[in-house]
Amino acid sequence: MAEEIILETRALTKEFKGFVAVKDVSLKVRRGTIHALIGPNGAGKTTCFNLLTHFLEPTRGQIFFKGGEITGSAPARIARMGLVRSFQISAVFPHLTVLENVRVALQRKRGASFDFWRSEQVLRRLDEPARELIDAVGLREFEQTVAVELPYGRKRALEIATTLALDPEMMLLDEPTAGMTHEDVGRIEALIKRVSANRTVLMVEHNLSVVSTLSDTITVLQRGEILAEGNYDSVSKNPAVIEAYLGAER
Amino acid sequence: MRHQKIALVIMAVLFALAPLAVYPVFIMKVMTFALFACAFNLLIGYGGLLSFGHAMFLGTAGYAAAHSAKVWGFPPELAILFGTGAAALLGVVTGLLAIRRQGIYFAMITLALAQMIYFYYLQVKFTGGEDGIQAVPRGTLFGFIDLSNIWAMYYTVLVIFLGGFLAIYRVIHSPFGQVLKCIRENEPRAISLGYDTTRYKLLAFVISATLAGLAGATKALVFQLASLTDVHWTMSGEVVLMTLLGGLGTIFGPVVGALIIISMENYLAQLGAWVTIVQGVIFVVCVLTFRRGVIGELASFLKKPL
Ligand SMILES: Nc1ncnc2c1ncn2[C@@H]1O[C@H](COP(=O)(O)OP(=O)(O)OP(=O)(O)O)[C@@H](O)[C@H]1O
Ligand SMILES: [Mg+2]
Repeated sequence: MAEEIILETRALTKEFKGFVAVKDVSLKVRRGTIHALIGPNGAGKTTCFNLLTHFLEPTRGQIFFKGGEITGSAPARIARMGLVRSFQISAVFPHLTVLENVRVALQRKRGASFDFWRSEQVLRRLDEPARELIDAVGLREFEQTVAVELPYGRKRALEIATTLALDPEMMLLDEPTAGMTHEDVGRIEALIKRVSANRTVLMVEHNLSVVSTLSDTITVLQRGEILAEGNYDSVSKNPAVIEAYLGAER
Repeated sequence: MRHQKIALVIMAVLFALAPLAVYPVFIMKVMTFALFACAFNLLIGYGGLLSFGHAMFLGTAGYAAAHSAKVWGFPPELAILFGTGAAALLGVVTGLLAIRRQGIYFAMITLALAQMIYFYYLQVKFTGGEDGIQAVPRGTLFGFIDLSNIWAMYYTVLVIFLGGFLAIYRVIHSPFGQVLKCIRENEPRAISLGYDTTRYKLLAFVISATLAGLAGATKALVFQLASLTDVHWTMSGEVVLMTLLGGLGTIFGPVVGALIIISMENYLAQLGAWVTIVQGVIFVVCVLTFRRGVIGELASFLKKPL
């Protein structure tokens, strides 16, 4: 089943008032792989994520997840189907503690979230599994810290722990290591590797060393269009890719 | 949480003993408004939704309770239940219409709906127009507690107020309340975790409307009156004022806010229209100096949520 496609887009296009941010993107992500989406700033990577999770309405094109079309599905429903995203600008619940942040994700699956008449003591049973996840991203000593007080890199780690709490079949990570110190990057890289064992990961990442270590497949996006696709070796030797990167950075 | 429980006990004791020192009708007024403000605060302080039409729930429940007690001869417990139920139903209907709007649009649509309700009550006969429904019988609670006795009425109101307050406290500290806080903090993230945020907001809206209704129905029995004042938009504004003054998103803030505003209205009554201006000045001072409200500032000083 290694070749099974878990996520597919067909001619996905997004226009903002005449400006085409994503153009005819047809992407296939194989189940169980780590797939990287790279490209210069403004290439349309985040917009792609927004389209996949229906945070934005596509202008044209279709999206299929696990064989079914999800183009028009509500964002929360897409998440419940097992396609969960993180955000480029770290998205935590700022005035909740680290533990509460993770717990609220666990609560969606296992807790009685509409129970307004029960004490939150019932959420205590989620503390243990939440702690395991917090441990896994190296935030143990911050468990009782209010999220807003965490340094940037730690917030990213918290966001990943929260995403993992949903145990999604497929994770979309938007620049998971941005703003992290060198050792944090190493830890998150190892974590992504570990959690990808039984799930699919599609990630946007600027750190090419992370990309080269982790990815099975790389898609390069430029001005909304797919420029190249393949493994790291083939993509990094592709003259058009070299040109796009140098052209954008000089 | 322990200090909150201690504060709660202190509050209960204070309200229980207050009529020894202060005119009981005045404190009953404070308690009904405090409950109203707490219900409002549940929505804005914990759900991040600013309703500018909450008077419609207070007033509707008042009319329903007054009418059912006076015309249909409902006993007080049923009249209050009926009034509260009417507000809950109105909460469901208006909530469905308003809840998908964000921010200021939500405030505007709640205001518009409340205005429609106001003009409806102004036109229909059973509300008595400008006169309101007067001389509402207080009746006999559960068939044996005669509420025309001021003390019976007082401690009934106290029980209702504390019951409503505890209900709100429980909602805030429930699994549902936890999700609500997340939605207030970061709605897109809550959605991306798979929460249908609209449904949670709708439930919060209905709970808030219901408890505002409980306050309105109780108020109608206490003052034996249901009138247009309670559905007027200024009433919606007043509850915003109480909540901000006391401390938005704090548990005890709305109670303190209600106490301050009602005291001002009572003791400054001889100033006539000047009361509004004094209120306005206090409001401006409050916003400029202690933004978090009385309890909000106190809580941040003590470094404990209150
Ligand atoms: N809501 C929007 N309205 C108008 N234009 C937008 C909107 N969102 C994104 N864009 C534009 O679309 C283009 C692609 O943006 P996007 O955020 O997808 O880029 P990206 O590849 O994620 O870049 P980065 O690496 O900087 O995160 C940019 O030119 C951006 O200005
Ligand atoms: Mg981006």
